[in-house]
Amino acid sequence: MMLLETKGLTRIYGGLRAVDTVDYTLAKGEIHALIGPNGAGKSTFVGMVSGRIPASEGEVWFDGENVTALPAHARIQRGMAYTFQITAIYARLSLFDNVALALGQRDKAKVRAALDRVGLANRMEQIAGDLAYGHQRLLEIAMGVAQTPRLLILDEPTQGLAESEIEEFNTLIRELAGDTTILLIEHNMSVVMALADEITVLETGKILARGTPAEIHANADVQNAYLGTG
Amino acid sequence: MSLDTRSVTLHLGLIAALIVLGFVLPTYHQGNLARILVLATYAVGYNVLFGYTGLLSLGHAMFFAAGMYGCGLAMHLGGVTVIPALVIGLICAAALSAVVALLALRTIGVAFMIVTLMFAQSVYLTALYLGEWTGGDEGFVIAQASRQIAGYALTDPLTRYYAALSLFAIALLITARMMQMSFGRVLIGVRENEERTRMLGYDVFRHKLAAVVISGTIAGAAGAGYAVLFGYVGATFASVQYSIFPLLWVLLGGMGTTIGPLVGVAFMFYLIDYASGITNAYMLIAGAVLVLLTLFARAGIVGEIRNRWAPWLP
Ligand SMILES: Nc1ncnc2c1ncn2[C@@H]1O[C@H](COP(=O)(O)OP(=O)(O)OP(=O)(O)O)[C@@H](O)[C@H]1O
Ligand SMILES: [Mg+2]
Repeated sequence: MMLLETKGLTRIYGGLRAVDTVDYTLAKGEIHALIGPNGAGKSTFVGMVSGRIPASEGEVWFDGENVTALPAHARIQRGMAYTFQITAIYARLSLFDNVALALGQRDKAKVRAALDRVGLANRMEQIAGDLAYGHQRLLEIAMGVAQTPRLLILDEPTQGLAESEIEEFNTLIRELAGDTTILLIEHNMSVVMALADEITVLETGKILARGTPAEIHANADVQNAYLGTG
Repeated sequence: MSLDTRSVTLHLGLIAALIVLGFVLPTYHQGNLARILVLATYAVGYNVLFGYTGLLSLGHAMFFAAGMYGCGLAMHLGGVTVIPALVIGLICAAALSAVVALLALRTIGVAFMIVTLMFAQSVYLTALYLGEWTGGDEGFVIAQASRQIAGYALTDPLTRYYAALSLFAIALLITARMMQMSFGRVLIGVRENEERTRMLGYDVFRHKLAAVVISGTIAGAAGAGYAVLFGYVGATFASVQYSIFPLLWVLLGGMGTTIGPLVGVAFMFYLIDYASGITNAYMLIAGAVLVLLTLFARAGIVGEIRNRWAPWLP
């Protein structure tokens, strides 16, 4: 059963086809990694999935429903959650307020539990903007998780995290897997290899390849375009 | 004490103090404070939109005036009694703010400021144009005899004071409660990071719309209250000056604080009162103090207190 499907999804910026007629499917419960070089169109693609960026052409289907015409907030209400590539938290509000807004309720126990998943529970009263950068990323992930989404979209979540934090992130995502379908944009190949059930490679707005981590690793086109000759 | 208890204590304590003040103050200050409380209600309404939602309107005088004219004309021309007239004033303000919101919220930032300014200007000009009914610039006086509720004359200084206090207390408690509920927290979310708020699944437009209507209706309630309590309705209250005042009051008192609006109005009122006792150039003194405050207390009086000593202040 497909949770997410795009048909001919396209985004045009001036003369540039940033995302070019992408047909894509994502099965329920999967951890799917989206990789590709800088400027490949990854963020633009998930932006169109979530409704943040309007599609120039094509359709987005979520859980059997055509959501192309729905505004972003309506898609989120239907069970998507989105973490930004550039950290987007409420910098002047407390961690409590940040997570409470994500939860939609001000229940201390629930907020604490959500922060606990990323190890920030003891900082509940701190102002989010005062956190170290890595902790801000973790807060944003906690906000995404707190929404108990059916589809969790993570745009380069491990950027700026320390090694130990990346380990914890991997553990968290594995815990979520199964209940939550995860679409993960990631540059850190060890994270991708550790987590992904399947990988899609995007290059200049088009899908270059799709397969298991092993298949992608062995794929000559991908080697050339992206992974280098490793 | 939890945050909620502290904030309830603060607001109820403030209201209790104002109740006591009514008895002890000399009549002159009683009259002043009644006026301050009505204008503070206006500022409380403005603060919902500016302080909490982060939308700067330059046209709130139109909502104040809608309440004032709606209520005042109903009494003056329609012979309606006080309570239904107040309701008519509220309905006028609510309706106007809904229409203005639907049109003005298509714009953001400076454009929003300009659009609200233009709307307010047309309301002002309309009030002048319909001079046959509104009395234009000169306005009109509401007959003393009609300004009473259930036999209590609102012209009596003490009665008037408590009527003004009731109006303010209702506005204060409603907004303070609102800002503790999810709805109010989302407004703060819109102010702090609109995109993040949208991407948490909140309908930002509808929240802004609600904020404008709530803000405009409270402003209208203040306008209607002013008409009833002070018996005068005039186009000055629809002028751009009365759109700038609430912005100044809220900036002075502390934007996004529940009690800042009252502090701002009281401060400015007594500053001008005091300065005009010293010199004819009292606006110069008032201006200088305002400049000093904006330089050294950028968050406003209550905002600075919150930043320095009492981060729990709602
Ligand atoms: N708002 C915009 N206006 C014009 N061009 C844009 C805009 N947003 C993205 N682009 C262009 O679209 C292409 C895809 O950008 P996108 O951000 O989706 O890439 P990405 O795969 O997420 O890259 P990165 O790995 O650097 O995050 C790039 O060439 C980018 O310059
Ligand atoms: Mg990107």
